[in-house]
Amino acid sequence: MKATGVSPLAAAGPRRRFGDRVFSNLAVAAGVTILGLLGGVALFLLIESLPAVGASPAQLPGGKSLVDYIAPLAFGTVLAATIAVLIAVPLAIAVALFISHIAPRRVVLVLGFLVDLLAAIPSIVYGLWGIFVLGPAAVPVLEWLEQKLGFIVFFKGPASATGRTMLVASLVLAVMILPIVSAVCREVFSQTPRKLQEGALALGATRWEMIRMTVLPFGKSSIISGSMLGLGRALGETMAVTIILSVSGIVTFNLISQANPSTIAANIALDFPESSGLAVNTLIASGLVLFAITLVTNLAARAIISRQNIQ
Amino acid sequence: MQTSVDIPPLLAAPAGGSLWRRKLVNRVMTGLVVLAFVLALIPLFSLLYQVVSRGLPGLDWEFLTGTPRGVVGGGGAAHAIVGTVVITAVTSIISVPIGIMAAIYLTEYGGKGRLRRWLTFFVDVMTGIPSIVAGLFAFALFAIFLGPGIRLGLMGSVALSVLMIPIVIRSSEEVLKIVPNHLREASYALGTPKWRTIVKVVLPTAFAGLVTGVMIAVARIVGETAPLLVTTGIVDSINTNPFQGRMQNLAVYAYSEYRTPGVMKQASYDRAWAAALTLIAIVMILNLVARLVYRRYRTEIR
Repeated sequence: MKATGVSPLAAAGPRRRFGDRVFSNLAVAAGVTILGLLGGVALFLLIESLPAVGASPAQLPGGKSLVDYIAPLAFGTVLAATIAVLIAVPLAIAVALFISHIAPRRVVLVLGFLVDLLAAIPSIVYGLWGIFVLGPAAVPVLEWLEQKLGFIVFFKGPASATGRTMLVASLVLAVMILPIVSAVCREVFSQTPRKLQEGALALGATRWEMIRMTVLPFGKSSIISGSMLGLGRALGETMAVTIILSVSGIVTFNLISQANPSTIAANIALDFPESSGLAVNTLIASGLVLFAITLVTNLAARAIISRQNIQ
Repeated sequence: MQTSVDIPPLLAAPAGGSLWRRKLVNRVMTGLVVLAFVLALIPLFSLLYQVVSRGLPGLDWEFLTGTPRGVVGGGGAAHAIVGTVVITAVTSIISVPIGIMAAIYLTEYGGKGRLRRWLTFFVDVMTGIPSIVAGLFAFALFAIFLGPGIRLGLMGSVALSVLMIPIVIRSSEEVLKIVPNHLREASYALGTPKWRTIVKVVLPTAFAGLVTGVMIAVARIVGETAPLLVTTGIVDSINTNPFQGRMQNLAVYAYSEYRTPGVMKQASYDRAWAAALTLIAIVMILNLVARLVYRRYRTEIR
């Protein structure tokens, strides 16, 4: 290995001794291990899902072909995550703005800590909260939605009596991804050049006008990339959906009824412990699809972030 | 700094209207932002309140010391507490050295090489792996060699390592980066080899930050459920050996108490909430101690 150190001195400098070689090789080995690990994730999932790809529909769970098995799950996954993002992003932008530009300086640290706390809570706890607290509390709202907005396909009903619906699951997902989205936004919002902000204020803009004309345009790509990161997280989130959603394997846009499409992750968590043989391979194949979906989402987010860093 | 933000002329109409109206808009929008913030924190407080009030009744001596083995509709979570400790410890033993060494590679040895760029990129990718996929990976890895029925504590740790390593790398890289170069250069000037400079100068300077990063990473994986459901299984007695037999952590315990409640449903739910409370307490303590360590022991860098 060539030792190209952090400083010109380091590169030219110290003699390379035995200890140096061992240490730098260890460091490289750690790096290579990580690349290997990631390659391993893709490889082993692929190996274990191959039997399901080759199998005839009759052998697979539900007697459906692999595509017919995964498609409704993928639909549910994307639907739940999309709604979660739609709910979370406006709130996350507001939270980020509040902390970066509106809240008094003294309380900023505490507020930031509170929002970070949302991200630290284990998903199983969100699941329990969703089914025992938020679900029952949401039932009157769901009924109201059915009565007043039932003409919209999303709220056709009949409203669930337990609150175990797509809308509630997405709400919980929204709470879970909110800190991630808002962290990305906050970071960039607070980097808005001072001169732009002060210039706007000096021209007589109110604070909101200043935010609308400098902070938001400056942070536009961070809002997009943060949303994509949140989407990636929501797509792969397992336990909250597993616990909250009452699933029936159908494909529907109806968000408030008892019958919901499951998600890939929730389906794996529900069925895996009791599965054997080809059913396991089928579940792993669906996991591979989930991996691919989240990978594409995250790569897109990273691409946006890195483009923004170059600017 | 070059930025591409255009400021439209403020006094021209589109932004404006009368001063009174603009002030009103300002008030309303500020109010909406504050409202949204409050709205976002309601779930947090509701959740904390519910977990504490529903979890406390079940959090007794039996919960902490008993196991469900041989007990009908009762027992405790001692096996899950032991499982949490073992699984988390093994995960840390795997992840911390790899993560910190990789961070050292990135900051000290990587330079601008191709491996460095790839590594940075793939660590980003790795942070986005859904936890259940990490679980399936560990399952697939072990199932190929040991057969599909295999469930081990170690499998869970491998799965969690996939999640923990990128977190450790990110935080370690961050603190190693801010170790000032003049410290390294002073050490080289004394003729110290690079590896000793790293061990004796760079790492001690960054120590508090490294510890903080590791603790926060532990807090992130200690409450994982999904990857363990598919790798460590569900069990009802204490198992301290990660290389043999099933194991369970508190999160999986909470899930199984909820999913398959015993004859006395409410008692099971109480135990699920008690486990949730224990988990939240662990996570909060880890986060708080991590922050304290950083405040108390960080080296002042001038």
